[in-house]
Amino acid sequence: MTSNGIFQIALFCVVLLLTVRPLGLYMARVFEGEKTLFSPVLGPLENGLYKLFGVSKDDDQTWVQYAMSLLAFSVMGMLLTYVLLRLQGSLPLNPQGFGAKQMPADLAFNTAASFTTNTNWQSYAPDYTLSYFSNMVALAPHNWTSAAAGLAVAIALVRGIARRSASGIGNFWVDMTRSIIYVLAPICLVYALVLVAQGVPQNFNAYTQITTLEGTKQTVGQGPVASQEAIKMLGTNGGGFFNANSAHPYENPTPLTNFIQMLSIFLIPAALTYTFGKMVGNTKQGWALLGAMSVLFLIGTAVCYNAEAVGNPQVHALGVPGGNMEGKETRFGITNSALFAVVTTAASCGAVNSMHDSFTPLGGLVPLLNILSGECIFGGVGAGLYGILMFAILAVFIAGLMVGRTPEYIGKKIEGYEVKMAMLAVLVLSGSILGFSALGANGNFPTDDKTALAAVNQFPGTAYGSSSDTFYGATYNNVNNSGPHGLGEILYAFTSATGNNGSAFAGITANTPFYNITLGIAMLVGRFLMIIPLLAIAGSLAKKKFTPTTSGTFPTDSATFAGVLCGTIVIVGALTYFPVLALGPIVEHLLMNAGKTF
Amino acid sequence: MKPKNSVSMFDGPIVRRALGDAVKKLDPRAVAKNPVMFVVYIGSAVTTYLFAKDLIGQTGNALFTGQISLWLWFTVLFANFAEAIAEGRGKAQADTLRKAKTQSNARRLVNGKESIVAASELRKGDIVVCEAGDGIPGDGEVIAGVAAVDESAITGESAPVIRESGGDRSAVTGGTKVLSDRIVIRITQNPGESFLDRMIALVEGAQRQKTPNEIALSILLSGLTIVFLLAVVTLLPFANYSIRAAGQGAVPTIPVLVALLVCLIPTTIGGLLSAIGIAGMDRVMQHNVLAMSGKAVEAAGDVNTLLLDKTGTITYGNRQAAEFVAMPGVSEREIAEASQLSSLADETPEGRSILVLAKEKYGLVERGQDSIAGAEWIEFTAQTRMSGVDFDGRCVRKGAGDSVKKWVESHGGSVPPEFDAQVTRISQIGGTPLGVANGNRMLGVIYLKDVVKTGMKERFDALRAMGIRTVMITGDNPLTAKSIAAEAGVDDFLAQATPEDKMQLIKKEQADGKLVAMTGDGTNDAPALAQADVGVAMNTGTQAAKEAGNMVDLDSNPTKLIEVVEIGKGLLMTRGALTTFSIANDVAKYFAIIPAMFIATFPQLQKLNFIGLSNAQSAILSAVIFNALIIVALIPLALKGVPYKPMSAAKTLQRNLLIYGVGGLIVPFPCIWIIDKMLVLLHLA
Repeated sequence: MTSNGIFQIALFCVVLLLTVRPLGLYMARVFEGEKTLFSPVLGPLENGLYKLFGVSKDDDQTWVQYAMSLLAFSVMGMLLTYVLLRLQGSLPLNPQGFGAKQMPADLAFNTAASFTTNTNWQSYAPDYTLSYFSNMVALAPHNWTSAAAGLAVAIALVRGIARRSASGIGNFWVDMTRSIIYVLAPICLVYALVLVAQGVPQNFNAYTQITTLEGTKQTVGQGPVASQEAIKMLGTNGGGFFNANSAHPYENPTPLTNFIQMLSIFLIPAALTYTFGKMVGNTKQGWALLGAMSVLFLIGTAVCYNAEAVGNPQVHALGVPGGNMEGKETRFGITNSALFAVVTTAASCGAVNSMHDSFTPLGGLVPLLNILSGECIFGGVGAGLYGILMFAILAVFIAGLMVGRTPEYIGKKIEGYEVKMAMLAVLVLSGSILGFSALGANGNFPTDDKTALAAVNQFPGTAYGSSSDTFYGATYNNVNNSGPHGLGEILYAFTSATGNNGSAFAGITANTPFYNITLGIAMLVGRFLMIIPLLAIAGSLAKKKFTPTTSGTFPTDSATFAGVLCGTIVIVGALTYFPVLALGPIVEHLLMNAGKTF
Repeated sequence: MKPKNSVSMFDGPIVRRALGDAVKKLDPRAVAKNPVMFVVYIGSAVTTYLFAKDLIGQTGNALFTGQISLWLWFTVLFANFAEAIAEGRGKAQADTLRKAKTQSNARRLVNGKESIVAASELRKGDIVVCEAGDGIPGDGEVIAGVAAVDESAITGESAPVIRESGGDRSAVTGGTKVLSDRIVIRITQNPGESFLDRMIALVEGAQRQKTPNEIALSILLSGLTIVFLLAVVTLLPFANYSIRAAGQGAVPTIPVLVALLVCLIPTTIGGLLSAIGIAGMDRVMQHNVLAMSGKAVEAAGDVNTLLLDKTGTITYGNRQAAEFVAMPGVSEREIAEASQLSSLADETPEGRSILVLAKEKYGLVERGQDSIAGAEWIEFTAQTRMSGVDFDGRCVRKGAGDSVKKWVESHGGSVPPEFDAQVTRISQIGGTPLGVANGNRMLGVIYLKDVVKTGMKERFDALRAMGIRTVMITGDNPLTAKSIAAEAGVDDFLAQATPEDKMQLIKKEQADGKLVAMTGDGTNDAPALAQADVGVAMNTGTQAAKEAGNMVDLDSNPTKLIEVVEIGKGLLMTRGALTTFSIANDVAKYFAIIPAMFIATFPQLQKLNFIGLSNAQSAILSAVIFNALIIVALIPLALKGVPYKPMSAAKTLQRNLLIYGVGGLIVPFPCIWIIDKMLVLLHLA
């Protein structure tokens, strides 16, 4: 670790902190329907949209109606995306002539699920698979709507906590509309312009053929990069325009854009804690959540940065001193790669500027733990807030009993129903991660049917599909890296999908029917089976009376509570995943120090 | 306050009975009610089967499998034992109560004719007669007569109580005994529904229902159990993968996986949960309060507002003379003497307190009525509102300020303006002024003071620290009420309160989301008792009040509400503390078991075994043994409850987090280490 590196990390934290209050306050006003700076311009647009779609602004929805609206919207969006992707060959804006061959059914399902759920896991290399039309019409809208939907759910949950003896938790369509036009759009507009100024392309050109200095021919991708880049970061989507994602010089050309990109990932999730505090009438409640997030984030950053800066002892033994530069862009170096990795996994963004697969075992464990924690360390847009609120409810319940009262969170009693729903969400997440990973690790169902094997093979010639290969799963052989690291890769894939992160350890060839389908299901489960219980909690809390705060109330706006919250997140996460982590990254770290790598 | 009926929890007979009950509770239908322990139960059965297989197959694992199986059974048994011992004291108490219920005969009165019938044949509305020495055959209401009744069978209090017709002391309970006189009782309950029957059912825990918090906690524990089940089940494929990758080692055996599962699921709290609930109810019972449901005890912990009647709760029931204020030209000794004289015939506590004050503060010699010859004693009447004595031509009078004033004026005297000033002053500070006069001469004013019980201010301060607001309910005027409220240190008061006002106040507090507790005894308290979240009826109170409340205080001590609140809080804290402890324990168990499971596959995992457990089998066994023994070790805590100290929630939280959270993380490491060393020493692993 260098003082320069530490300074850069500190600078990042300070700048982020400065944005929390103004943006948080602004969002609170937006979602409370109050007048804001942009109301004169955007107000008529907003009202026009409601008129167009027949939405009544004051139509308060129950949690069931809210959830049904969200599901209907998501299902329609996903179906549309699936159809557009499959038909991309017959659609315009396709200079490279990509078709259904590049986008088979399982991949289209995976991709549609991925973008609908704000995961933006890409089983494919976008620059060799997607037409501009697919990018802009089938996928890009999800960058907006999935982020807006997350924001809407978070706001609905906050309303559930804030409201007293109410039956409704807001209107999904109104929340969606306001998220997009008041929050995402204005910021993205400025953001994209800054990126263009920094050299990010924004065009519809065919890919450029150039001759490199060495005389070889190279194809350089083009396209409307800046606009997608802005929402990719701000909406914690993470789906890159290019396969190299934010390591690509066209996506992330300068140190400034790298800094802004990291900042923009955390921007909304951090500010939402303030919005939350404002809406429940006690901003200290929001700061407590932000405090808990920050502590976990800083610990993760310290561990990851240190592990990468120390590097691999075996490389040192070869006479190459210094940190671990494998898989890192030299433009960014260790500090900004480690920080980016922690930021992008803490928030459920998944954009990457380095290869997480190449991190040291401990360095790679941090991103994995970040996602395993349920994407609540800042987390995705909205998803982070509702994720940490879920843990807050559990923390209040476990520790709150210790003060000798029925646990309360911000004046609302936490009772059987809330605990049931929160546990359901925890169960669904861990079930999806552990269940699918176990299937992936052991999906070795032998078959002698060579034609069946050939049919499912997308990439003959790789390890997949060889004579020793086995049906569907074929996952063991499918892992390029064997040993504990291979297990880590499988675990990371399903964790990333379930946590709607979208970053990858790579390593495994994910573009196979097995992975496309299981990962797609994991993404849908991780998104919707978490949102529905949380909306149920919102509905149940909204109905409750407010219990006034006294000195006998469990204080949830204190440093102690932030500590309890951190403890709950770490212990619930650690206890569930310790066995598999012990067999994956932990033993890998021990083996590395003992002289073995994978 | 020292609990009554203090039979130790670990009394010989109770423990013996609990040991037997622990085995009886192995009935799978009983265990199935507790999902966490049911998982252990199934694990025990599976490992027993595998032990038998190992034994027959001579695999060499029999010693290990056998020990795992044995300790898993112990885990279940220990949990059963905890529950049985918690029930023990209640069962013993129920037995005592049953003795009071022994078949007795009743003297039923039909059209004025007595006939002997069995007590069990009495129905609601029957009239019975009880004389000295008779047992009261059923719950009822005294409709004629007055009697001293021994209620020790129910309250444990040996001093007899007076029961009389009319008013708020008319209720009698079946199973108690008339000591003197004769009363006529109208039976108000059919057999099987009597207070004694309900009491037996309650202390025995026969119809114990899970309380809301207990249900929520059970959901959390079941959820965690499923999560850990997932973690253990998926470990098998992960292990398969790792073994293939490492090319060495073996898949964990079923006993090992079962051991891991049992260590991870929250058996500590799962095993003790019902014991905690039963013990909480029992603790309330030890304070001689009968809670009709666990829910009421739990609600007591949540109470935000306590409504306390002034008289008898905050102040001693009676006013006491505090000062004699002389008018100008009257010596203190003169007024003291006049006050003494006028009170000699006054048998009320107030009158007696005047005598005490005259003797103690003004040094007058104590004397009796017979010390004055030829005196004519004037009794207090509602019309004159004065009492006094006429002798030697002196007419000494004492009474309500305006009555005495009128009396003086009617005798041609004049009342100095200081008199009115003093009367107003005393009223304002919450006292009752009594005028004292001798014929046409106004001597002065006696200041009768409502004396606040000692230690109340501290209690209310403690309650405030716990976040509980106390509201004093009184029939006094607002001025008086305000002054007493200030002296007692209550947060608020309701003056000139009618039962309707009380009800209104409860509803208002509840509308603000607060939980309200109150005590009451009269029939007109019944609606408020029913409305309050915690309503404690006095046992001396009417049947209506007892039925409306959700607790009955057998000692009829209204202050006890505060203890009930503390017990309620202690109950919740115990659950929270043991849950936190149980979950924190898992960290250490992981470090014991995971390296042991995979050491053959990845020898480097030995690094995680930083506490240095001897070998794989001893590590796993020690974790399982610790897991079983910790239940036994925590039984006393579960039964006694985490001690509740009045302080703010923030401080309580920090303290308990440190003890049960951090403690829970650390404690298992040395314990597991010691068990490991002992196992090796004994050649058991």
